[in-house]
Amino acid sequence: MSYGTAASACRALLVRDFSLVWRRRGDALNPVLFAVMVVVLFPFALGPEPTALARIAAGTVLVALLLAGLLSLDALFRSDLEDGSLEQLVLSPHPLPLLLACKIAVHWLTTALPLLLVAPLLGELLFLPRPVLPVLLAALALSTPLLSLIGAVCVALTVGMRRSGMLLALLVLPLYVPVLIFAAGACNAAQQGLPVLAPLLWLGAGLALALVLAPLACAAALRISLS
Amino acid sequence: MNPLVLWFHKLGSPPYFYRFAGRLLPWFWGAALIGLAVGLYGGLVAAPSDYQQSDAFRIIYVHVPSAWMSLFIYAFMAVNGFIALVWRIKLSETLAMASAPIGAAFTFICLASGSIWGKPMWGTWWTWDARLTSELVLLFLYLGVLGLYQAIEDRRQAARAAAFLALIGVVNLPIVHFSVNWWNTLHQGSTIKLFGPSLIDSRMLWPLLVMAIATKFLFAASLLSRARVDLLELEAGKDWVRRIALAEDAA
Repeated sequence: MSYGTAASACRALLVRDFSLVWRRRGDALNPVLFAVMVVVLFPFALGPEPTALARIAAGTVLVALLLAGLLSLDALFRSDLEDGSLEQLVLSPHPLPLLLACKIAVHWLTTALPLLLVAPLLGELLFLPRPVLPVLLAALALSTPLLSLIGAVCVALTVGMRRSGMLLALLVLPLYVPVLIFAAGACNAAQQGLPVLAPLLWLGAGLALALVLAPLACAAALRISLS
Repeated sequence: MNPLVLWFHKLGSPPYFYRFAGRLLPWFWGAALIGLAVGLYGGLVAAPSDYQQSDAFRIIYVHVPSAWMSLFIYAFMAVNGFIALVWRIKLSETLAMASAPIGAAFTFICLASGSIWGKPMWGTWWTWDARLTSELVLLFLYLGVLGLYQAIEDRRQAARAAAFLALIGVVNLPIVHFSVNWWNTLHQGSTIKLFGPSLIDSRMLWPLLVMAIATKFLFAASLLSRARVDLLELEAGKDWVRRIALAEDAA
């Protein structure tokens, strides 16, 4: 019996996941809406002065996007678990880390990329200084895949549970701390006119590390929770 | 087989470990209580008061040993988690999960005593110092391990998942430590140092070392007590547990 190549399996998985998202494209906008709502709450809580808002703008956008990503993480394996295709994935003869990397990539493209596109708007709402915007976008471009990869490992650990929302946050947020520190560090440096390259490079290094290790860890975690 | 290796293999069996731990326990509890009494007497009464902080420095004898224990227990939990995941030894799962609440308690004591110490010395309950922040993240990691362990129904699967999370935390902890150091120094240069460049006086040092050893024994004693109970629960229905239960009933 032939199973086809790993590349064809990945392609089939990518097509399947993209078409699943496309058929429920309304849901894909929910994280974006959430992020906008969270950001809109800040001027209400802190007052509308542009100078005060500009100082916290970059950090607020980062945290809002991080929380939106956290909420959407749960959907990564949920429907696959319910219809049994997750077990098929684990049983398949192709390398599980590779398949999971494909799933995480689709998840990032469909949830984090829209958030990335809406980030300039969020920055504008909070009077983010213009020169900081490219740095914020660069930090987000490097940190959101990192967050998706780290988050996927934790989701894999909680995959069988019925109510995993709060627990997932408890597992994921300590792991997100370094990412947030470096992303916010780059934005703060830009705001003060300091060089921004170092924190961005650290984020890139973290992303390179996570790209290699996170799918492996995710596969191991999934095997534990489905055993 | 080499008798030492044979003994080690035997120790992995729950009934053997249960009896072995039961024999060790009184000694460990005794050593822990005597050590704590001596260390606290040495620290709170015998040691001279500090020339700058006067008597307030004495909280060091609670604070620093629990900070050491918080890291030591995490390492212990991770090593046991690794053994549990790789060699699937049931005892290691139990030990890893039994050490998590003790580690969380020490981490909490460290944070609370540090904050009580910080109020008179630094004038604030909390500061976003790099060390404090790493310790707080460590507490969250402990709570995550505990939360995951409680949330999964199958005990052995729960232990394996939580052990895996503990291992991820091991990778993460140095990164957190490094990143908060970097984050903090970016903003405010040098922070208050717990110890200056001057070495601590030997009359102040020995109670600290006694406390460090006593807390190790305290950890060992409570770990073995917890592990014994967990093993009984995990193996409930097995023959050796029934025999112990019947013996307890008769007594």
